[in-house]
Amino acid sequence: MKVALIGLGTVGRGVLEMLAKKDLGLVLTGIADSKSAFLDPAGIDIARVLARKKKEGFCGDQHLTAEDVIKKADYDALIEVTPTNALSGEPAIGYIKAALNRKKHVVTSNKGPIALAAKELRAMARKKGVALRYEATVAGAIPVMHTLDHGLAGNEILALYGVLNGTCNFILTRMAAEGLTYEQALMEAREMGYAEADPTYDVQGIDAAIKLVILANTIWDNGVKLDDVDRTGIDLLTPDALRLADEGGCTIRLIAEANPKKHLLRVSPRILDKNHPLVFEGTLNALTLETDMAKEITLIGRGAGSVETASAIIGDLLWIRDRYVQRA
Amino acid sequence: MKLEMKDSPGQLVAALKPISDVGGNIIAVIHQRDPDPDGDTLNVQIVLELPKGRIDNLVSLLKEQGVHIQRIGEERLLFQRTVILIGHLMHTGLSDTVDQIDSTGFAEVTALAMSMPGVNERSSSRITIKAVSREDMEAALAILRRVSRQKSLLLIEPLEDLS
Ligand SMILES: NC(=O)c1ccc[n+]([C@@H]2O[C@H](COP(=O)([O-])OP(=O)(O)OC[C@H]3O[C@@H](n4cnc5c(N)ncnc54)[C@H](OP(=O)(O)O)[C@@H]3O)[C@@H](O)[C@H]2O)c1
Repeated sequence: MKVALIGLGTVGRGVLEMLAKKDLGLVLTGIADSKSAFLDPAGIDIARVLARKKKEGFCGDQHLTAEDVIKKADYDALIEVTPTNALSGEPAIGYIKAALNRKKHVVTSNKGPIALAAKELRAMARKKGVALRYEATVAGAIPVMHTLDHGLAGNEILALYGVLNGTCNFILTRMAAEGLTYEQALMEAREMGYAEADPTYDVQGIDAAIKLVILANTIWDNGVKLDDVDRTGIDLLTPDALRLADEGGCTIRLIAEANPKKHLLRVSPRILDKNHPLVFEGTLNALTLETDMAKEITLIGRGAGSVETASAIIGDLLWIRDRYVQRA
Repeated sequence: MKLEMKDSPGQLVAALKPISDVGGNIIAVIHQRDPDPDGDTLNVQIVLELPKGRIDNLVSLLKEQGVHIQRIGEERLLFQRTVILIGHLMHTGLSDTVDQIDSTGFAEVTALAMSMPGVNERSSSRITIKAVSREDMEAALAILRRVSRQKSLLLIEPLEDLS
């Protein structure tokens, strides 16, 4: 199967490294970053692209753009891994539409287009007879979407709750373990590379809320938006609050929660027993699904990272290959 | 528990006194004047918290007072949840916050732990609420949510019921 890649940052690099390292039967025919692009229908030498990107800061020809790859390259599936824009979803929405219009499958890790335009994009994919997969948008390496689609097929999902932001989980872990203030723990998260220079999206629960919106729309198709999420972040938590929770055998975690029957769509710091399955240290993510037949299922794993996120993307690509491309 | 007693002044007091004698804690007293047509007896439902193993002692004390026990409900009916409040708790009247729960008659703040940070810093407190039923607990938490919003306090709720 031929693939084209848009975005060569943390995630894009992870995908390329795994394509080069593993014999997955995926051939790269187009690639673009923000400044350049490169096309080769015979297959691009991945090691050379990675080396050039590292040395020169761009991956290809500076006269070419992502649009050239999306509209002209010869590929079966587009891998869209450009930065998330939670307000407009662009340029990713435009990229995805252009690929779908060409009857190309799309795999993305980008939360913006899926949170903002999932309904439209999914309808478009259906009309064109191709797949739109976005496993990597929620909880990184954890195969949430595959579990919903296959492992839990036929189950009614009654509710879900989980830890969907690793940065917040790290900060809360450090506040509880060392009695750090929120500011101190945030500084530590920055030093470890877990938090952005502007941590707003993470610590105010926006990132978790976006993932919650994606999950709710995927599972219940209920058209909820980011504004529908009742959202409280962790930036006002005190070390005393964590100590008081600790004295009661509990701790505090940022929990994203959806329960359509209770009209609940919420991201908020919550008190959990220390033995609760959603209490773990560090940057991990987890999701508990409450279903009618399987009852509770909890998945725990890496919520971010270069190769970890590539795992989710490659899972989607191989699913598409097995389902559409190989049979054709 | 549900008690039946003569509708005379003093009877209720007679029924309540043994409860404290055995170390119990009364959470709510609910008068029910129906369904007795004669109206000369009083039905009272008392929700109370009792140390383990004291119930037999209480029953015999009540009988001595001439109080008829219609029904003793499950001890497990007591719902408990612990929340944490963060903010300017003192400036915004912590006792009023607690009062808004206690005055419902169906829920009560049974424990409170406070942090003592510097003046003008936000304080934190852990509050344990008990209520008779799940619905009452939900109602109590709804009140707390409203009060927290009004007073700009950060309310941290438990993820699951701890009953
Ligand atoms: N990092 C993770 O662990 C993780 C996990 C799950 C999901 N995600 C999501 O995956 C996506 C990629 O994340 P990342 O961490 O890899 O981001 P990143 O490191 O910032 O990389 C973004 C890449 O996209 C390129 N790009 C930016 N604007 C573009 C444009 N208009 N057209 C074409 N390419 C453009 C950038 O080009 P330059 O190289 O020229 O700047 C860069 O190569 C994001 O949506 C993110 O939310 C990330």
